[in-house]
Amino acid sequence: MDLYEYQGKQFLASLGVPTPAGEAVDDPEAVVAAAERLGFPVVVKAQVRVGGRGKAGGIRVATDAGEARAAAGAILGMDISGHRVERVWVERAWDIAAEHYVSFTLDRAARCHLGLLSARGGVDIEAVAAEVPGAVARLHIDPIDGLSLAQCREWVSTAALDDVPSVDALVELLGRLWIAYSEGDAELVEVNPLVVTAGGELVALDAKVTLDDSAAFRHDWEDYAATQAGDERERAARARGLQYVGLDGTVGIIANGAGLAMSTIDVVSQVGGTAANFLDIGGGAKAEVMAAALEVVNADPKVTVIFVNIFGGITRGEEVAKGIVAALGRVAITSPIVVRLDGTNAAEGRTILAAHESERLLSRPTMVDAARAAVELAARSGWPSGAPGVAPAEGPAGRPDVGRVP
Amino acid sequence: MTILVDEHTKVVYQGLTGSQGRFYGLRNRAYGTQVVAGTNPRKAGTDVEGVPVFATVGEAVQATGATVSCIFVPAPGVLPAVLEAAGAGVELVVVITEGVPTHDQARMFATVSRDFPATRLLGPNCPGVISPGRCNIGITAGEIARGDGPVGIVSRSGTLTYQALHELTQAGVGQTTCVGIGGDPVPGTTFVDCLALFEADPDTRVVMLIGEIGGSAEEEAAEYVGQMATPVVGYVAGLSAPVGRRMGHAGAIVSGSRGTARAKIEALGRAGVAVGRDPSEAARLVAEVVAGL
Repeated sequence: MDLYEYQGKQFLASLGVPTPAGEAVDDPEAVVAAAERLGFPVVVKAQVRVGGRGKAGGIRVATDAGEARAAAGAILGMDISGHRVERVWVERAWDIAAEHYVSFTLDRAARCHLGLLSARGGVDIEAVAAEVPGAVARLHIDPIDGLSLAQCREWVSTAALDDVPSVDALVELLGRLWIAYSEGDAELVEVNPLVVTAGGELVALDAKVTLDDSAAFRHDWEDYAATQAGDERERAARARGLQYVGLDGTVGIIANGAGLAMSTIDVVSQVGGTAANFLDIGGGAKAEVMAAALEVVNADPKVTVIFVNIFGGITRGEEVAKGIVAALGRVAITSPIVVRLDGTNAAEGRTILAAHESERLLSRPTMVDAARAAVELAARSGWPSGAPGVAPAEGPAGRPDVGRVP
Repeated sequence: MTILVDEHTKVVYQGLTGSQGRFYGLRNRAYGTQVVAGTNPRKAGTDVEGVPVFATVGEAVQATGATVSCIFVPAPGVLPAVLEAAGAGVELVVVITEGVPTHDQARMFATVSRDFPATRLLGPNCPGVISPGRCNIGITAGEIARGDGPVGIVSRSGTLTYQALHELTQAGVGQTTCVGIGGDPVPGTTFVDCLALFEADPDTRVVMLIGEIGGSAEEEAAEYVGQMATPVVGYVAGLSAPVGRRMGHAGAIVSGSRGTARAKIEALGRAGVAVGRDPSEAARLVAEVVAGL
């Protein structure tokens, strides 16, 4: 899960990383009160998990109560790249002498951790790395040995950061950040900028932290989790224990297996449609799980057709078909359903589905045929998901014609 | 020949006494796999339908000669379970469990490769490995596979693998071995590892590679394909996946401009890999290559 900046700072602060004192608040008067407690000047920062908030006007300095109120009024409720600002972080403003960059993440190709350190912070680090390759010091860190003091000092010198007021303080801060990343079960810890203040102090002025959801069992992350789901559909799916990702299209997707669900979305877009979601119901297709999945997808107002794509392995085709039919008996579904059933005893399963086939329930033997049928039904319902009688166009998400054997 | 496992492979199941371990362990035995032992320190001395349960993998190995361990223990216990298996000297540790923390994955891979270089880790979050007709370790339905074939399969996705096995079998095309490397960020065994094993196997004459978004394993595989004599056919899922969203598997995420399906398909294409537009087309392409052998 991606933390908001204020949560990232709280997370880092709890592990001893110096961060600015501040408060997260959600109405203008609370902003003024927080600013008065912190002491002017303050910075009011929009809390959204998307880049570019500075350019969008989501960060403002206030030198008195009036300015703080005005800043809060302007920022709260603002839309930044489709993200509505519900909360701001108010913190003490600092006089900045220098801006640096540091991050820890996993290098998947090397299968170990990677630290990036640069004297050029406050800007897009990928652009810095592209322009001046030597400006970013990369350090592979062994998952067992961790970051040693000697390694850390050398890293600081490679990054030409030995001109900071206190190298010892920087090395200690990097060590604490590493602990936050490794012991804190983070997938990413990025501080950009890491500033040197006019007074010579080192402070993490921003914090981008992604925590590993799989490690939640050994941490107390409930407060973070509570602020996560912005999408109503995703909340509903999570409550039912389903693997769901909300998308913007009209074809509701239910599949068993993450790969198959992704592949289903691709095939729908290949034939000119758009998927409303990713939904993996896991192995087999038990009636209760299928019913829960149908409910969640059906509740999405954009969905005009539901595409159920199941491969029966250990769960045989007839059991899968019975599960689907039983689920349909339990929930009232407003959209037509197209089922593609394949795998062990698929023919027997399709026979069962055939007995229930109607305009509301179609069965197609292949993924592509089923996707076509679904997209056609979606188009008929008047939503912009391809048009009947028009050959499916290769949309922008279409597949490049590469890799075919001549 | 097969890779990794065959009819002589003896397997110990860590977590055999749990519901998942029991279900799949017994299924694997019914398939013909030599399921020789289970472990559970609190149930040592008992058995699961005739399969003896030992306190540790070390004891199980000593008593039965098991050379492979298959892990079904819950995610928090996977790291110690892997280290226990590697320490007991097994050659292959197959981790089926999903939801192992990423830092644990990195720690267990680093420890196994440094301290137990003779042990190979497969997974976590993988369906396992099957050499059809000989040995099935994990959760793949053995019925959909067919042995003695020319096709080796390596995949990051479970159901897409089953789909491929099923379609090849329906088309009368057999498989040597099918390896699920799993969808997590730190896989113990990579595409490149499996491509090398298949390349060295005289009976594997075509390789099918099934990838998905996230990371750069497909790009690394594409680079390796250049050195191979065996033809490779591919499929990559996730062309329409949005940026920054995890699509089910922990490792299936496009980060900024990195890890897109398009880049992977293009890299494989440049390396001469025939890439199917959907899983069925990929299976047809494999069958075509097999027909031309």
